[in-house]
Amino acid sequence: MSTIISLPDQATARLPRKSFLNEEYGIKSWLLTGDHKRIAILYLVSITFFFVIGGALAGLIRMELLTPPSDLMATDTYNKVFSMHGIIMIFLFLVPSVPATIGNFLIPLMVGARDLAFPKINLLSWYLYMAGGLIIFAAMVLGGVDSGWTFTTPLSTHYLNTHVTTAAIGIFLAGFSSIFTGLNFIVTVHRMRCPGMTWFRLPLFVWSHYATSIIMILGTPVLAITLVLVALERTLDIGVFDPSKGGDPLLFQHLFWFYSHPAVYIMILPGMAVISEVISTFSRKRVFGYTAVAFSSVAIAVFGFLVWEHHMFIMGVSQYSALVFSLLTMLVAVPSAIKIFNWTMTLYRGSITFETPMLYAFGFMGLFTIGGLTGVFLATLGMDVHLTETYFIVAHFHFVMVGGMLMAYLAGIHFWWPKMTGRMYPEAISKVSAIVTFIGFIVTFFPQFLLGYLGMPRRYASYPADFQVLNVFSTAGATILGIGYLLPMLYLPWSLVYGAIAGDNPWQATGLEWQIQSPPLTVNFVEIPVMDHEAYDYEWLANKTVHEVQTVG
Amino acid sequence: MTEKIDPEHQEQHIVGPPVYLTIVITLLVLTAVTTGVAFIDLGVFNPIIALAIACFKASLVVLFFMHIKYSSRLLKMTVLCGLFTFMLLMTLTMTDYISRAWGMW
Amino acid sequence: MDSHSVATAPGELVGGVDPHSHPSFLRHHFESVGQQREAASFGMWIFLLTEVMFFGGMFCAYLIFRNWYHPAFVAGSNTLDITLGTTNTAVLIGSSFTMAMAVYSAEMRRRSQLILFLTLTIVLGFAFLGIKAVEYHQKFVDHHIPGPNFSIQEFVHPSNPHAIPLSPDMAQKTQIYFSLYFAMTGMHALHMIIGISLLFFMVWRASQNAYTEGHIMPVENFGLYWHFVDIVWIFLFPLLYLISRYR
Ligand SMILES: [Cu+2]
Repeated sequence: MSTIISLPDQATARLPRKSFLNEEYGIKSWLLTGDHKRIAILYLVSITFFFVIGGALAGLIRMELLTPPSDLMATDTYNKVFSMHGIIMIFLFLVPSVPATIGNFLIPLMVGARDLAFPKINLLSWYLYMAGGLIIFAAMVLGGVDSGWTFTTPLSTHYLNTHVTTAAIGIFLAGFSSIFTGLNFIVTVHRMRCPGMTWFRLPLFVWSHYATSIIMILGTPVLAITLVLVALERTLDIGVFDPSKGGDPLLFQHLFWFYSHPAVYIMILPGMAVISEVISTFSRKRVFGYTAVAFSSVAIAVFGFLVWEHHMFIMGVSQYSALVFSLLTMLVAVPSAIKIFNWTMTLYRGSITFETPMLYAFGFMGLFTIGGLTGVFLATLGMDVHLTETYFIVAHFHFVMVGGMLMAYLAGIHFWWPKMTGRMYPEAISKVSAIVTFIGFIVTFFPQFLLGYLGMPRRYASYPADFQVLNVFSTAGATILGIGYLLPMLYLPWSLVYGAIAGDNPWQATGLEWQIQSPPLTVNFVEIPVMDHEAYDYEWLANKTVHEVQTVG
Repeated sequence: MTEKIDPEHQEQHIVGPPVYLTIVITLLVLTAVTTGVAFIDLGVFNPIIALAIACFKASLVVLFFMHIKYSSRLLKMTVLCGLFTFMLLMTLTMTDYISRAWGMW
Repeated sequence: MDSHSVATAPGELVGGVDPHSHPSFLRHHFESVGQQREAASFGMWIFLLTEVMFFGGMFCAYLIFRNWYHPAFVAGSNTLDITLGTTNTAVLIGSSFTMAMAVYSAEMRRRSQLILFLTLTIVLGFAFLGIKAVEYHQKFVDHHIPGPNFSIQEFVHPSNPHAIPLSPDMAQKTQIYFSLYFAMTGMHALHMIIGISLLFFMVWRASQNAYTEGHIMPVENFGLYWHFVDIVWIFLFPLLYLISRYR
């Protein structure tokens, strides 16, 4: 049963006199900060920067694909454009998106700590990210990389004259930045919980981030060593991945996908983290089946390590092994489905309101479900042979990554914007942008399922004229999608100055982060809180509000 | 001392020189043994013995030099978690390599 | 038995923390020294997990190629100098011992003993790297460094009458063995170099009494790192040096 809670009257809200934003001024106070909230903001700004670049490259791809021949750019330019789009979007946007910004900001608040366990390592992680990002950016400016984001050997090691090594170094550094983020989260969740904050009182946001961190620390180093070997192969010609010397290119695939499959869970689990919070808050109900959702996050992280070979079904791996991996891949659908079902059950008989984060969350649930289910198609061996390396797979992972993660990211940014900045975003226009994003997304990527099913291969600049209609749809949709992303980039900065004052708890949410002032103090909590109720306890919140009114009156 | 109730927390122990000396001597002896055994033809058992000795030596280092024997359950689990993932990488990759040529003779 | 518990450090009071007894090294966001120490050591272990997986990728490659090209691996392994390899193993185990003793000295708050053991660890670390350099140089002289100058002469027409000559095709595969040999030992040596640099820093800090007044965490955590590097070598040694030595 949901508890009826009326949102507070924000007309009386005042910005706190002191907060982490005005504690210190000057560029130095930001660049040398140890405050997880400031580092989160640094991440937010830099991630947005790279997102804009990656988005611009996506725009170029869609423009090129408007017409069948490769007329806007030469085919090798096209190769560079889609490679850089993939590299930037995956390693510089999706992997750090929610964990490094929203997660960084919120995990200490949610567990009731003053900061992450290692503030200096947190800052180091941002510097590594920036170093990696700028090196990748340099690789792009100096001439680009055309190996695809997958660095397939021996193409990347022996046949390309582009800046593959530079990009690999950049990804290596960005990888260590995400290792350090994960390390910090795990230690914080284990060691910094406030009194009374038992594991099963943690918000599901924290559980999901804990699962993400496990993947970050165990998967990323394998990618790191793989890229080191690729770089050594290119520079010193060592031959581990070179078939002409007896090396095995498939070994590269194994090692690469050992990280890169779990990496898609690095990209989606934090999105699920956001959705759990948003759905519960705007249904005013405890998340249905809390324990199941919590454990499904960990299950996704663990199962995620058992399925990587599904990226290699058409590469000549053993059929018997493929059979095992196909089965295991379908197993991952179970914990994902548990989450979707439980969120739906949370909505059931909740007192739902449709604020912007909730709209994005609905977008997430629909699009992620489609993305996830098409993943089951691709896990099937026979279907996979037909659909891999076509636009079907492009549509599949964009449904999960863009329709899922990006929607969740925007949901999270809107949801916690009042907490981060102390001001509300403009509700009406943000609702419009959420709907525009959803429509634009469907128009962009749904035709790609059809294109792929009809056999249009990915990674080509030209295509037969039969495919043009659907491609025009897709490009038109991308334009709408672009507007949907542009709007928040305009109105969110606007709201920093002109937005309504939010007050401590504009959504009447139950998390610890909402019980303190917004924006929070640098120390987060004047006194370390004592957790005396379960997570998502709206009764407790209602009582607390009543109680407060009584004491004041 | 109430901290002891929580299984994740444990008191710090100081391991003394006698333990370290015993361990280092054992490690050196085992190094000699593993080198010596390598010169005897034992067929398939050569790599097995070599790895067994290496694992044993590594466990000694982890348990005593790295104090895991005296550490909290959390740290013990952490070590096991690392081993588990490492084995996952090895075994699941091997499912491909072992069976790749089956049925292709 | 031979281990006993430390007296509770000041500030490590359970429950209500006395704000006046906070030692200078306690960071503001931790509630107690105990929490800070546990967090730091847990964090270090997590980092070591990533290191396990980092080396794990190369061990995986090793396992596959050793099975595929066993004769080449035998031949390659037999060209390594077993005396130098065994000595190096002993040197590294010794350095682990001195490092463990350094941690013990810090725990006992004995400054000069701490500096002595840290310095000994540096010396042994350099000894290891020196021996490694001699071995690398030998490989360079023999043209056994993978790349354009790699020579399979020694494997097709061995100078040692007891060695079994390889077919030219299999002899080529020794290059894979040496690739892995250099990648693995090189990455290990890189970790040693980083470790030795940190040791120099720690000797300097130890001389300022930084670790002998209760704040032993840096020494302890560095010890974990150093022992991990030792463990990697404990596996590298039999895998690289001891393949069918009886031939
Ligand atoms: Cu996958």
